[in-house]
Amino acid sequence: MNAPLAIPLQAKDFKSDYKPVWCPGCGDYSVLAAITKALAMLELKPHEVAVVSGIGCSSRIPAYTSCYGFHGVHGRSLPAATGLKVARPELTVLVASGDGDGYSIGGNHFLHACRRNVDLAYIVMDNHVYGMTKGQPSPTTEPDWSSKLAPGGTGLREFHPLVIALASGANFVARAFSGDPNGCAAIIAEAVRHPGFSFVEILSPCVTFRPEQRAWKDAVHPAPVAPTDDPARAARRIMTDDGFNIGVLYKGARPPYSGGPKAPTATIEDLECAFRL
Amino acid sequence: MTAGNILLEAAAAAGYYALMTRTSGPQIRGGEAAAMLRISTYATDGQDDRFQVLAAIDWQNVQRFASELPLGAESLIVGDPAQGEPPEVFTKSGARYLPLALKALAAQVPGGWPNMVALGALAGLVGLPHEAVEAALRKWMKKGLDGAIAAARLGRSQIQPDTGFRLQGPATGEKRWLITGNEAAGYGALRGGVRFVAAYPITPATELLEWLSPALAKVGGTLVQAEDELASINMALGASFGGVPALTATSGPGLSLMIEALGLGVAAEVPLVVVDVMRTGPSTGIATKSEQADLDIALHGLHGDAPHIVVAPNSIADCVAATEWAVGLAESLQVPAIVLSDQYFGQARAVVDVPPMNQSKKSRQIAGPDGKAYRRYAITPSGVSPMAIPGTAGTEYTADGLEHNERGLPSSQAGDHLAQMEKRARKVAQLDPGDAWASVEGEGETAVLTFGSCTGPAREALAREGCRAKLISMRLLAPAQPERLKRALQGVRRVIVVEQNHSGQFLRYLRSQYELPAEVRSLRRPGPLPFRPEEIHREVVKP
Repeated sequence: MNAPLAIPLQAKDFKSDYKPVWCPGCGDYSVLAAITKALAMLELKPHEVAVVSGIGCSSRIPAYTSCYGFHGVHGRSLPAATGLKVARPELTVLVASGDGDGYSIGGNHFLHACRRNVDLAYIVMDNHVYGMTKGQPSPTTEPDWSSKLAPGGTGLREFHPLVIALASGANFVARAFSGDPNGCAAIIAEAVRHPGFSFVEILSPCVTFRPEQRAWKDAVHPAPVAPTDDPARAARRIMTDDGFNIGVLYKGARPPYSGGPKAPTATIEDLECAFRL
Repeated sequence: MTAGNILLEAAAAAGYYALMTRTSGPQIRGGEAAAMLRISTYATDGQDDRFQVLAAIDWQNVQRFASELPLGAESLIVGDPAQGEPPEVFTKSGARYLPLALKALAAQVPGGWPNMVALGALAGLVGLPHEAVEAALRKWMKKGLDGAIAAARLGRSQIQPDTGFRLQGPATGEKRWLITGNEAAGYGALRGGVRFVAAYPITPATELLEWLSPALAKVGGTLVQAEDELASINMALGASFGGVPALTATSGPGLSLMIEALGLGVAAEVPLVVVDVMRTGPSTGIATKSEQADLDIALHGLHGDAPHIVVAPNSIADCVAATEWAVGLAESLQVPAIVLSDQYFGQARAVVDVPPMNQSKKSRQIAGPDGKAYRRYAITPSGVSPMAIPGTAGTEYTADGLEHNERGLPSSQAGDHLAQMEKRARKVAQLDPGDAWASVEGEGETAVLTFGSCTGPAREALAREGCRAKLISMRLLAPAQPERLKRALQGVRRVIVVEQNHSGQFLRYLRSQYELPAEVRSLRRPGPLPFRPEEIHREVVKP
């Protein structure tokens, strides 16, 4: 009997039938489309992939895919994904987060996930606002953006996630824009392929609480030069660009985390020897 | 501390049971410390009422833990006169003083140290053969072995042949281990099938994690050092979601940080074990000393209605079985289990009889594709629904801390919330622990009701004269077992609840979940002082 012909999966095969809670026009729809497109491009199957998230608008993504999903607690997507990937290295693990979940409550895990360099693709949908709780400033919000919680603005300097990622040891740093799902998909696919911890910051407008972000589509532009493997050069570029420079900005060659499981060399009973009298 | 460990090894090598606990000041390394040993011809899980011999290398800062070193009129104080007279806090007991020039004697031996002279003297006092001491020295001393052996011989030569402290001949026969509670818990975890551990260092749980790190590697598992306890528990949840039984270990401050994720384990039905090696709280408390004061947070700390499992080992050896049991319960019921050990168990090193091993392995029900749409949280009579493992085609689902429907999709509907709440409550309530729920020993109209490390002293108290009473030491703290306790309390008129915390957390819990006889007494105090058998004995024989 002939084996059935393998039909390549398409983006729609990675989508679930569950309707998103997002507002009409939300950038996250396009990110979901880009993720599913990337998974199809990578010729993966839904059961080989796990999408892990925390809490927030962005973090609703796992259930909207047909992959395995883990929708955990606020800020802890990276630890959950780290545990999963280290324990089950053969799975492809994507982590979805937002600027509140990833840079504020989960900030410490961001640093250490970059350092640890586990083979994960970390996709952060950055809209400079807490959307799910209806419009509070996040770490990437401009200092003068006025809100009920911080009238007149926070007066705080914005967090710079790409520089932080680079300084902390991320092996791949990119900026994408949700308004360009094909470009986004290509960057996500490249992030998944690249060994180690790959960080993709996606500018994903919040049309409800930050309607002015609709103008991002006119501000973004492709990165003028190819990605570098020199962190110092990448840092200089990221520090001095206008924040709308889209593309892969850094590709490192640091070996990924190697602490995963190895073949057993002893049985449980062997371990008893250390106690026996 | 080194001399204490060597004496412990020597006693073990000579065929005795022995137990060593330790205490120290707040220093990171060095400074004042005491090794507290009990050497006996029978197995024991606690210290006696008093120490028979106190040997001091010097008396510096000894007041800091003098209260942990009770002496009596029959005790002996061995000290170096060059270090001054024994402090009044010890001599007021009426203990005899035996001056021994430890430092001067050590100086007579090339490479000799005062602690090795003291070691030899103590071994001579209790009648441990020199061969056993030498064997232990060979095991412990990486360098300076000759000096140590010579110093120990010299110390022994200073002791009169019959001092009244000689032990009877050792009992032989039983297979024994020399083990700490932390090692035992680690070993139990591996026996239960744990193959992923995420760890953040914290006293007094660190040694458990340090033991597990190489042990896990040998059996094909993994340990990841996390950036904090929030990360450790979430890493463990991630690994367990991936189908690998997972554990983390911590103490009170870390458990506080882990509570939110424990709730996630409950809601998303992800098996997980957290070992809490309790220390004195609240806040940083006394990091190096024991207390049973995390019972409240372990039972009730989670927000929402969050049924989960709390197990408490009741001896050093039981840290193996209780932890293995907790892993099996967590895996088979897909729920987090907390193991309440404590610093006393965790850091005590003892000769124990090899504990009976769990024979029936309980494991996770795994879902396989059956052609129908997979319902991860299907409502079942037992409350347990088969769990799919990522990598399996046809059973993809999202594990969610959001309330969900049977498929696992987020739902804010009242009906789904009620059905899932009842499912989660049912699977835990239906747990059948058999006899493992408690150690029930002896008979009497009085019962001592306790848990954890108070069990050893209680057992010893009840074995003493004039003490006809029942011992009930609970191993399964949640879910509560009111029917089982009711049966165990048949014919009991009076209950004495023994616990090591200030507010009586165990008694409050018992009152809320169990029917108790009319007469209930509470014997409790906070850490760090462990209960001594005579205190419990006194309470039991009191009319």
